[in-house]
Amino acid sequence: MNNKNKETTVNIEQVRPDAKMQSITLNAWFGSKQALKEINLTVEANAVTAIIGPSGCGKSTFIRCLNRMHELVPNARMSGQVLLDGKNIYSNETDPVQIRRRVGMVFQKPNPFPTMSIFDNVAAGLKLTGTKKGQNLDEIVKKSLQQATLWDEVKDDLKKPGTSISGGQQQRLCIARAIALQPEVILMDEPCSALDPVATAKIEELIVSLKHDYTVVIVTHNMQQAARVSDFTTFLYLGELVEYGDTRSMFENPKSEITEKYITGKFG
Amino acid sequence: MTNYILRKFKNRLFFILCAVCVVIAVIPLLSILYEVVSRGAPQLSINFITQKDADGGIGPAIQGTLILIGLTSVVGIPLGVLSGVYLAEFGNNKYAASIRTVNDVLTEFPSIVVGITAFGVVVLGIMGSYSPLAGAVALSFILIPIVARTTEESLKLVPNSVREAALALGVHKWRTTLSVVLPAAKGGLVTGTLLAIARIAGETAPLIMTVLGNAYFFQGFSSPMDALPLRIWRDSLQPYANLQAQGWGAALVLILIVLSLNIAVRMASRGRLRR
Repeated sequence: MNNKNKETTVNIEQVRPDAKMQSITLNAWFGSKQALKEINLTVEANAVTAIIGPSGCGKSTFIRCLNRMHELVPNARMSGQVLLDGKNIYSNETDPVQIRRRVGMVFQKPNPFPTMSIFDNVAAGLKLTGTKKGQNLDEIVKKSLQQATLWDEVKDDLKKPGTSISGGQQQRLCIARAIALQPEVILMDEPCSALDPVATAKIEELIVSLKHDYTVVIVTHNMQQAARVSDFTTFLYLGELVEYGDTRSMFENPKSEITEKYITGKFG
Repeated sequence: MTNYILRKFKNRLFFILCAVCVVIAVIPLLSILYEVVSRGAPQLSINFITQKDADGGIGPAIQGTLILIGLTSVVGIPLGVLSGVYLAEFGNNKYAASIRTVNDVLTEFPSIVVGITAFGVVVLGIMGSYSPLAGAVALSFILIPIVARTTEESLKLVPNSVREAALALGVHKWRTTLSVVLPAAKGGLVTGTLLAIARIAGETAPLIMTVLGNAYFFQGFSSPMDALPLRIWRDSLQPYANLQAQGWGAALVLILIVLSLNIAVRMASRGRLRR
């Protein structure tokens, strides 16, 4: 891992103190293959930021850099900085485990813990990180499931295995699991790609409602989805940031030709 | 059309080949089982499994085997499981690669050599006498590599997405391994451990060098002890028909012990969440 940031001295003008997260000259590699090139991106607080782009453009790698999950992949490394509330999460004194508690993640495929019940899946984060702090676990689980709009569907089956419910429900369970820890940012890596349209609509509604309490970053293949749920959109292509802007103007009036080609479906 | 018939024929031929091989492989196993049951079953009685040798029983051997299984499990299973955890979860380095190779060699190590080692180190060195502890040490040498290997294999079957889910919640690596990955691999762990116990329950060579055998019940940790494989071995060398018959009975008892251990552990470890 190269967390030392030798070459990157942060330009003061670049830093936006009011932004929730910010990446500064972020590069990422898998072995010798560079997946991200000099990404400078701002994630606004209490908003949904969508990251779009064709397969292999580095979308997932980018959000995995935002909670230090990238470094868990063998041979993966990165350089540059990622700021969370103005502090570099890659500084030497930062504990990645603490960062992951503040920046939660929902994965592409629903991945509830196979040996745990629905209740335990939601409570897992609190139990396993020892951050219960004497709070009422039942209450937190209920609130998290309600926020994930799953409570009414599972309230009588909390003892059932987390894997016994449908795929769409499992994904909302995973969102509830992330919410239970009260993170500041929730990263979603194509959360609907394994789901049917009805389940997708539910998750999209949920994403929009989440931004009141959290900052959301969502990776998606689906342009309509980005247009529906996000406030800001970033277009990545071949590991580079091509365009960033508020979602509306980006879809109505893209500045770059390649963005226009992508969002009109000419390639990708 | 002829192509289709040819393909169907080849398919059928391959199936028959597989089926014949299975039958050939199973015949010796079933015939051994038949021999043991038909010759051993008439021996079984309360007297036979509770009394000492002089009273026509194999009690000391049963007791000894249970003690050896217990001691070996207490020492060997935690060591083996944790070694397997290291290899699977933290084994992405060059040390682990060599440990893995050595472990594989140990798995197939000649058990008589293990016995001689325990004889030299424990019987001659530490204890100064034949001892159940020496037997447990020797059997642990056999058990640990098997448990470590099967633990590693079953942990590798747990999808990485499960680990990532826990790590992304800010759960520490050790806690993820202990509370998420190991429970998910429980089925494989139980099977691997049971196979290892079945293997050591039947080991004879290392016991000759370490616990020696005894016609009386357990006499302390610095005295020789009996075990079922030793009893079977001794009885099989006897010219007397009644002792040979007792050997068959002992063999059946050993099989029954391993079988009931298997069933008991499986019943106990069948969690309510396993479907």
